[in-house]
Amino acid sequence: MPLPRRSAPCHFGAATHPNRDPSLKSVLILFAHPALQKSRVNRVLIEGVRELPGVTFHDLYEAYPDFDIDVPREQGLLLDHDVIVFQHPFFWYSTPALLKEWQDLVLQHGWAYGSEGKALRGKTFLSAITTGGREVAYQREGHNRFTITELLAPIEQTARLCEMEVLPPFVAHGTLGMKDDEIARHAADWSRIVEALRDERIDLEAARSQTRLNASLDSVVREGGR
Amino acid sequence: MYGQGFFYQAFVYLAAAVIAVPIAKRLGLGSVLGYLIAGMVIGPFGLGLIGEEGQDVMHFAEFGVVMMLFVIGLELRPTLLWRMRGPILGVGGLQVGITTVALTAVGLAVGLPWQTAVAIGMTLALSSTAIVLQTLNEKGLMQTDGGQSSFAVLLFQDIAVIPMLALMPLLAVSGGESDASAHGADAAKHAPTWVEGLPAWEQTLVVLLAVAAIVVAGRYLMRPVFRMIAATRLRELFTATALLLVIAIALLMTQVGLSPALGTFVAGVVLANSEYRHELESEIDPFKGLLLAVFFIAVGASVDFQLIQSEPQLILGIVALLMAIKFVILFALGRAFRMGLDQNFLFAFSLAQSGEFAFVLFSFASQNRVISEDITAPLIAAVAVTMALTPVLMLLNEKLVQPRFGTRERSEREPDQIETDSAVIIAGFGRFGSIVGRFLRANGIQPTVLEYDSDRVELLRKLGLQVYYGDASRKDLLEAAGAEKAHLLVVALEDHERALAIVETAQKHFPNLTILARAAGRPEAYELLDCGVEHVYRETLDTSLRTGVDVLRLLGRRAYPGHRAALMFRRHDEESVRDLGKMRHDRKAYFSEARERIQSLEELLLSEVEGPDEERDAGWDTESLREEFGDSR
Repeated sequence: MPLPRRSAPCHFGAATHPNRDPSLKSVLILFAHPALQKSRVNRVLIEGVRELPGVTFHDLYEAYPDFDIDVPREQGLLLDHDVIVFQHPFFWYSTPALLKEWQDLVLQHGWAYGSEGKALRGKTFLSAITTGGREVAYQREGHNRFTITELLAPIEQTARLCEMEVLPPFVAHGTLGMKDDEIARHAADWSRIVEALRDERIDLEAARSQTRLNASLDSVVREGGR
Repeated sequence: MYGQGFFYQAFVYLAAAVIAVPIAKRLGLGSVLGYLIAGMVIGPFGLGLIGEEGQDVMHFAEFGVVMMLFVIGLELRPTLLWRMRGPILGVGGLQVGITTVALTAVGLAVGLPWQTAVAIGMTLALSSTAIVLQTLNEKGLMQTDGGQSSFAVLLFQDIAVIPMLALMPLLAVSGGESDASAHGADAAKHAPTWVEGLPAWEQTLVVLLAVAAIVVAGRYLMRPVFRMIAATRLRELFTATALLLVIAIALLMTQVGLSPALGTFVAGVVLANSEYRHELESEIDPFKGLLLAVFFIAVGASVDFQLIQSEPQLILGIVALLMAIKFVILFALGRAFRMGLDQNFLFAFSLAQSGEFAFVLFSFASQNRVISEDITAPLIAAVAVTMALTPVLMLLNEKLVQPRFGTRERSEREPDQIETDSAVIIAGFGRFGSIVGRFLRANGIQPTVLEYDSDRVELLRKLGLQVYYGDASRKDLLEAAGAEKAHLLVVALEDHERALAIVETAQKHFPNLTILARAAGRPEAYELLDCGVEHVYRETLDTSLRTGVDVLRLLGRRAYPGHRAALMFRRHDEESVRDLGKMRHDRKAYFSEARERIQSLEELLLSEVEGPDEERDAGWDTESLREEFGDSR
C-alpha cells in the first residue's frame, strides 16, 4: 500500500486532527462528495472549516475511493470527537452512496446502538447539506412535497437510535442558481456554526426551535467566549 | 560433389538446418537433435553431400563453442559464481573427480599406461556444454533444480579444463623431443606456435602467463577501448570489435598452445562486470547461435559410421560403458545432494555424455604424446555417438521416465489426498498462482494445486499447502486432481505454450471446467480468447492501473474520479482486447481499429477531466439542472 491511508486519517488533506484543548468540544466533519471537482458550493463551504483548529475534516471519497471502509478506524474517530457532522450534497433526498455505506458498516449493532451499544451516547449530531432546490420547493405544497426536516428523518432517527443529541441541520438551499456572494455568505455562516459548536456557543434551546440552524443564526450562536 | 566452394557448403549446411530443425521441433525432438540428424544425413556416411571436409568445418564451427564460452563467461559474474560456489565445487568437483577416477580405473584395467589412462579419464569426465545447455534452454528446464545443477557441473567442468590443459604436457609419456612433431600433426593448429620446443614446465608457465595477460587486459584495457568504440555510435563497429576481441584471444591462446575456448571464457568472466556486458552478449549471440548450429551439424556428420561398422562392439561398448558409468555417478551425486527423483533423472540424463572438450583435449593430448592416435580415434567416435545420443536420452527421460517416476513419486507421497473434492484447481504456483491460491485459502477455499517444478512442490508442501507435482496438460493428472468434479481451473503458468496445452486438454476432456487463464500480455490474451477461454487476465493490467491511480493522487487529483477512471480504462481495455482479438488476423483492419480505439479512449479520458457532458458521471452533474431550474426565480 503506497498510500498509507490507514495510518492516519488524512494523508491527502482529508482530515486534520484537532489540537485538543480540553475546554473545547472536538468536531468531526464526515464529508461526502463523489464529484467535488464539479462542485461549486461545497468546495467553498469546506474551505472555511477544513483547517479549523479543533475540527477533524474527514473527506470520505478521498479516503475510500474503492468503498473499502476501515471500520475500526472510523469508530476510533467517532470516539475521539464530541460533535459528529454529516456534510454532503443532498442526493435523491439522501446522502451520497459512500456515506450510506459508512453508516451501514460503521454504526454496528452492539457498538453504536442496541443494549450494549453506547459508544456514541451523548454526542452531538447534525447534518450539513446543500440542495439544488430552493426552500419553497421543500414544503408540503412545494415541488418536493416534504420538508427538509421530514426528508432528513432517516438520518435524524439513525443518530437518535445511537443516543446522540440531534441539532437541526445546516442547509444551503438553491445551489443551482446561487451567486458567488451568496455562496460566500453560506460559507461564512457554516464556519461560524462549526466554530460555535466547537466552543459550545450554540444556544441549544434556541436552536431546537429552528427548522434549520442557519435560518436566523444570530439567535442561535452566542458571540464571545463562553 | 565436394570442393565446389564456400557457397555450395554454406548452401548445404543452411538447407539441412532449415529443413531438419523445423521437422525435429514438430516431432518434439528439439533443435539440437535436428541439427545432429541433419549432419548425419548430409555427412560422408549419409548422402555424402559433405565429405571429409566436415572435419575442417567442425574445427571452424568449434569457434561457436568458443563464443558460447565467452557468453557463458559474460553471464558468470564473480558474485554469481560465488553464490553458486556450493553446487559448482560440491556437485561439479565430485562429478569430475569421481568420474575421472572411475574412468582412469577402467583405462588401467584394459592395460593403458597410467598417464594415458588419467588423460582419458579426465577428458571423458567432461560433458558437452553446447548440447546440454542448448537442450535445457530449449525445453525451458534451466531454472529447475536439475537444470541448475547441470549448469553448475558444466561450469565446474569449464573451469576444470584449465588445469587439465596445463596438466596434459606434464603427462607426456615420452620426453620433450616428441613435442615438436606432435604440434605439426595437429591440422587445426598447423602454424608454428610460440611454445614449440619448450620443456613441459615452461609451456605450463607460458599458459598461465597468457591467462594472466587476458585477465589484466580485460580489466584495464578493454573498457577504455569499448568506451571509445561505443562513442562512435556505429553499431557495426561495436560488432566488429566484439568479434575482434574473441578472435584475438582465440589466436593468442592457439599461439601458446591452449584451447581458445578457455581464453574467451576467462575474458568473458573478466568483462562480466563491465557496462558493455549486455551489448557484447547480444553482438556475439547470433554468431554463436549460427556457429553452434554448424557445429552440431558437423558433429552429426563426423559420427564415423565406418569405424562403428568395422568395430561395432568396441565403439558401442565404449559408448555404453562410458554413459553407464557417468550416469550412475551423476545419479548417486544427485541422491547425495538430495535432489528430487525427477530432477535427479533430468540431471543424470543430461550430463551422461562426453563433450566437445574431448575433441580439443584429445587433439591436445596426442599433440603432447600423451595418447596415441589409434586410441583417440575410437574414443572420438564414441564421444560423438554419446553426444548424438544425449538429446535422444533427454527425450526418453521426458516422455518415458518422467511420467512414470514423477507420477509414482507423487502417488507415493500422497496416495489419497489428491482425491480431495476441491472445486478449484490451480495449475502453476509461481508468482501468479501463489497469490490466487493464498487468497483462496484466506477465504476458506482449499484449491488443488498442480506444479511442474518438483522442488517448489517440496517447499510448498513443507509450508503446509496441498500442492501436487505434475504436468497439468496431461489428462490423467488433471483427472487425478479431480477435474471431473471441480468447477474451476485457474491456469496460472508463466509458460504460455504449456498454458495453452493445459487449456486444450481441459477443454477436450473436462468441459465442465470453467477456465480462468493468466496471460502475459495482449498477444497471449488473444490466443487464449481464440481458444474460447472467457476469463483471461493480463498479468500487469491491474497493477499498472493502480500505479497510475496513485500517480494521479500524488499529483493532487481527487481519489474517487481516479479510481473510477481506472475502472473505466480497464473495462475499455478489456473490451478492446476482445474486439481486436477477433480481427487481428486482418492486419489493416486491426491497425485502423486499434488507432480508433486509442483515440476514443483518449477522448473519453479527456472528457472526464475537462467536460461535464460525459455519460459516466452524468448523475452528479448539475449543468442541465441549472439550465432548467437555476434561473427561474
